[in-house]
Amino acid sequence: MHSLNYHKASNASEAARLLSGTEDGKFLAGGQTLIPAMKTRLAAPSDLVDVSGAADLRGITVSGRDVTIGAATTHAEVAASGELRNVCPSICEMAANIGDPAVRHRGTIGGSIANNDPAADYPAAMLALGATIKTASREMAADDFFVGLFETALEDDELITSIGFTAPEAGAYAKFPNPASRYAMCGVFVARGDGGVRVGVTGAGADGAFRAGEFEAALGGEFSAEALNGISVNAEEMLSDIHGDGVYRANLVSVMARRAVAAAS
Amino acid sequence: MSTVSMTVNGKAVSADVEDRTLLVDYIREHLRLTGTHVGCDTSQCGTCVVHVEGKAVKSCTMLAAAAEGAEVTTIEGVANGDLHPMQRAFNDNHGLQCGFCTPGMIMSGIDMVNRYKAEGRTLDEAAIRHELEGNICRCTGYHNIVKSIAQAASEM
Amino acid sequence: MSEGIGAPVKRKEDKRFITGKGKYTDDIRMENQAYAAFARSPHAHAEINGIETSAAEAMSGVIAVLDGAQLTGDGIGNLICGWAISSKDGSPMNMGAWSALATEKVRYVGDAVAVVIAESKEEAQAAAEAIEVSYNELPVAANIAAALADGAPQVHENAPGNVIYDWELGDGDATAAALAGAAHVTEMDITNNRLAPNAMEPRSAVATYDDAEDHYTLYSTSQNPHVARLVLSAFYQVAPEHKLRVIAPDVGGGFGSKIYIYPEEIVCLWASMKTRRSVKWTAERTEAFLTDAHGRDHVTKARMGFDSDGRIVGFKVSTKANFGAYMSLFSSAVPTYLYATLLSGTYDIPAIHCEVLACYTNTVPVDAYRGAGRPEASFVVERLMETAAREMGKDPAELRRVNFVKEFPYQTQVIMNYDSGDFEGNMNQAMEAADWAGFTARKAEAANRGKLRGIGMACYIEACGIAPSAAVGSLGAGVGLWESAEVRVNPVGTIEVLTGSHSHGQGHETTFAQVVAERFGVPLDSIQIVHGDTDKVQFGMGTYGSRSGPVGISAIVKACDKVEVKVRKIAAHLLECNPDDLVLEDSQVKVPGTNKALGWHEVGLAAYTAHNLPADMEPGLKEGAFYDPENFTFPMGCFVAEVEIDPGTGKTDVVKFVASDDFGVIINPMIVEGQVHGGIAQGVGQALLEEMVYDESGQPVSGSYMDYTMPRAEDVPSFVVEHHNTRCATNPLGIKGCGEAGAIGSPPAVINAITDAIGNNDVSMPATPAKVWAAIQASGTSMAAE
Repeated sequence: MHSLNYHKASNASEAARLLSGTEDGKFLAGGQTLIPAMKTRLAAPSDLVDVSGAADLRGITVSGRDVTIGAATTHAEVAASGELRNVCPSICEMAANIGDPAVRHRGTIGGSIANNDPAADYPAAMLALGATIKTASREMAADDFFVGLFETALEDDELITSIGFTAPEAGAYAKFPNPASRYAMCGVFVARGDGGVRVGVTGAGADGAFRAGEFEAALGGEFSAEALNGISVNAEEMLSDIHGDGVYRANLVSVMARRAVAAAS
Repeated sequence: MSTVSMTVNGKAVSADVEDRTLLVDYIREHLRLTGTHVGCDTSQCGTCVVHVEGKAVKSCTMLAAAAEGAEVTTIEGVANGDLHPMQRAFNDNHGLQCGFCTPGMIMSGIDMVNRYKAEGRTLDEAAIRHELEGNICRCTGYHNIVKSIAQAASEM
Repeated sequence: MSEGIGAPVKRKEDKRFITGKGKYTDDIRMENQAYAAFARSPHAHAEINGIETSAAEAMSGVIAVLDGAQLTGDGIGNLICGWAISSKDGSPMNMGAWSALATEKVRYVGDAVAVVIAESKEEAQAAAEAIEVSYNELPVAANIAAALADGAPQVHENAPGNVIYDWELGDGDATAAALAGAAHVTEMDITNNRLAPNAMEPRSAVATYDDAEDHYTLYSTSQNPHVARLVLSAFYQVAPEHKLRVIAPDVGGGFGSKIYIYPEEIVCLWASMKTRRSVKWTAERTEAFLTDAHGRDHVTKARMGFDSDGRIVGFKVSTKANFGAYMSLFSSAVPTYLYATLLSGTYDIPAIHCEVLACYTNTVPVDAYRGAGRPEASFVVERLMETAAREMGKDPAELRRVNFVKEFPYQTQVIMNYDSGDFEGNMNQAMEAADWAGFTARKAEAANRGKLRGIGMACYIEACGIAPSAAVGSLGAGVGLWESAEVRVNPVGTIEVLTGSHSHGQGHETTFAQVVAERFGVPLDSIQIVHGDTDKVQFGMGTYGSRSGPVGISAIVKACDKVEVKVRKIAAHLLECNPDDLVLEDSQVKVPGTNKALGWHEVGLAAYTAHNLPADMEPGLKEGAFYDPENFTFPMGCFVAEVEIDPGTGKTDVVKFVASDDFGVIINPMIVEGQVHGGIAQGVGQALLEEMVYDESGQPVSGSYMDYTMPRAEDVPSFVVEHHNTRCATNPLGIKGCGEAGAIGSPPAVINAITDAIGNNDVSMPATPAKVWAAIQASGTSMAAE
């Protein structure tokens, strides 16, 4: 790992101030992706501004069906929140299966979303839940936020402060983990709410997480696994690697979507 | 360089370390507690698992500076007197062979039992295997590790 | 006796490991310690035009930057392969030069080019990155097919066509005739996937040169420190043998990968002399994937012929073996004497012919990995048997039953002479424990849940001990494969047992002590096992090939024999009785039914005070022995795997795994079963999960745990491990060895189960979800698919 300067922020505005004084600084939340990248010298920020202890970035609030999750809230906290589980058990279940227990104790929702790893779980959930990603200066719809592989609409010095969404009437996440990394090789989050049905897919797409429009249309007509029969995503737009080609991943999208719908029904 | 202070195994410790120092290096190289190991560089093998504020974390994927002021427990600090029930269970059930993954297994084992007990959930074989996702063992085939954790769960 | 042979004694060594007090090489910190980091080739094949080190030398904390020119200039020798194999035509194998630091060419990604010695690990790594190597990239032969193609890039000039040897064993004419006359011939193309060993402790070395004494000390993650010392001294000429101490402290798993003496240990020793500093190097996992010797990597065409009764009449096997870029220490023996010699399996086969073509590729060297040759043989034989049964419409168990070797000793057509066994007994036991008869009902029940269920078996046999010395010498081995032991009874009666075997997880401190405790009738706690230090133990061949039980323990038994003779003489002299009337039990040496008895400690004390010993007897009570086995041992067994496959995703779950092994006499069943568990998990890993993949340019694709699938707890079930043992006829305790069996028998059992489940026999290892799903699509058996 290259040399760096470490700074600890106690709140979001301090974090922004600390970062603005650095040459090539980055925010550090749980560090479960950033630190491994730094260890293999793939990332070499001059400074790290640790936001994991920023009080105003943590915690879950539920008001009716409106949910707000602080960006520095850990996966374990999302998984264990009874309040959240009451209105949106699907996101708790999803968080409970991110990485492994030790990773869930450190990794955060904000870090996961800001990194936009094409195999991360949260982007699928954000897309399906129609979430709003909030920073100090603006709010972005998930549809606009995820741009491509490891790319988001965030400016370099912009910090996610919280994520908001309205809990769907029904929802579920089905994941097929990559056998080696245990990241999602394909994860499909299905949510049925006031605005219809939304389907977020992660792990499979060559350009990162995406919404499966045809699936949404079919499920909007009839919310059942059978409604997806004969519909599939384009295999040529899927990732292809030693773990599976595009045809296989396209199949996984269909299978995981049907299982998510079945679980949500 | 920064002075990083924390409580490790009940003792206040402090060391001047570079900001890039990982918690595992702080523990191994500065405190010379070498029971916590490093087996990979992608945060997957779990030989480095310690408890920070009572929760299992991978000490290879956390900066020492981020543990400033924290309570840290390593394998050297889990026993209260003789052996922790989890340690004894690993001996009783031949839950280790080369011993390299063992400290991380024991730290993860204690963490999972604590969590399941706190949540009132049953830690059956399937749950133990699932919970061990972040700990890799090359020797035992996990059979006796699962038995060890199950025994300790009934005793803790 | 509760602590003796056959008792599941809890391990004596556990306490230090469960309390975090184990002492592994990377835990050692010497005074004045510096750190090594290597500059490694990013190319699979390239000429080195120049190495610019001045920028690195100027960096903070850098003590020295050393390269291959300096290494060879100091007379450090090339790495060796310790087993000479000749081709069919009698020509010797084509061994290319391997320098610990590459000089003119690099031949695989990770080939070390230079080393930085610096004050800290971070400074060493930063400076290693700053070394500028000018490369002229060359075309790459990244796999067997590419290496053997016409016009393939030459990995070594002295190996035309990249061929190391073209070897054969058995009777080609008789086999061809038998196959020509066979009623049925089963033919298969089989790939044995390349694996990365992945002991959880990465390799590490700490080297210290003491210029006042002109003496070297090397702490190393080694399975065989004495062999390391011999090779470092005799061949690499790093230090004379009497001036080099090698210590292998606690070692975190080996599985073969820590047998070999690698460039890094050589360089650390040499660098410690150059810099007058202790030099430490510890591999990161990424570095381990790049540099640890890989395993397997065979491509095979096999034909097995049967008569109309289902009896095997002939077996022809043609194998191509990938050796990587250089010949590692035991590489040449693996696809020959550890592979072809096991192709008779558990069967009476009247004609066998095996041809092996070994080749270089631009990949990391390949050598013995848990099982080494025997898993490859077992996979070929048991996949053929299963496929033949299906093709001929015979029950797979019955086909095996008809062909089993039933009388012992049995001379195979491929050198090995099996001494003992009851192959049918193990198969019956395994099938019963697996409830083979109830499978049909379970398959139907699984189908109701939308799962494809399959069952498969494999009857493996393997050869352990790697011996006898004269025999292996005649086959080309560069060393003898005996083992040594020394048993020292202290004046107070406590015992130290020095062994040349090395424990890196096998529990020798317990098992070996059990043997001695039972032998002398003394408590387990009074016995200390000493190993892993060339200053303490005179010599030893180390631990691999499941040899510590059959060979290492036999040496201890032989030394105990000598101690017992002397104990009896001393006690008989003091008690005025016949030595043969004495028994050794309950910490006493006594004549049963009389009051003639001495405490064990009193005999020890008498030996050392020497006040009253028999005439002409030397004082002291210490004996050494070298044991050279008269034959290999032949553990065998039957494994049954039962799988359920999710037709939607192709994911295979091993839902049941039963092993029935014949290990001969078992010292500690708890430890033996643990060995079986671990071996099965590695075999399931090979069958379902693991593969070291290189792309066509020779870049490793699965070089970290992000892409190389290690078996995790959820990937395996709890195992049912049974024993049906027959005593080994060729060593004193009747031990056969158990360390590798699990990894040898499980891959074919799992693949036989998968192919049974999906009705498509064309599934290669690893049977990943994607591959199995594709095979289901191809066979149209996705009856249970959603």
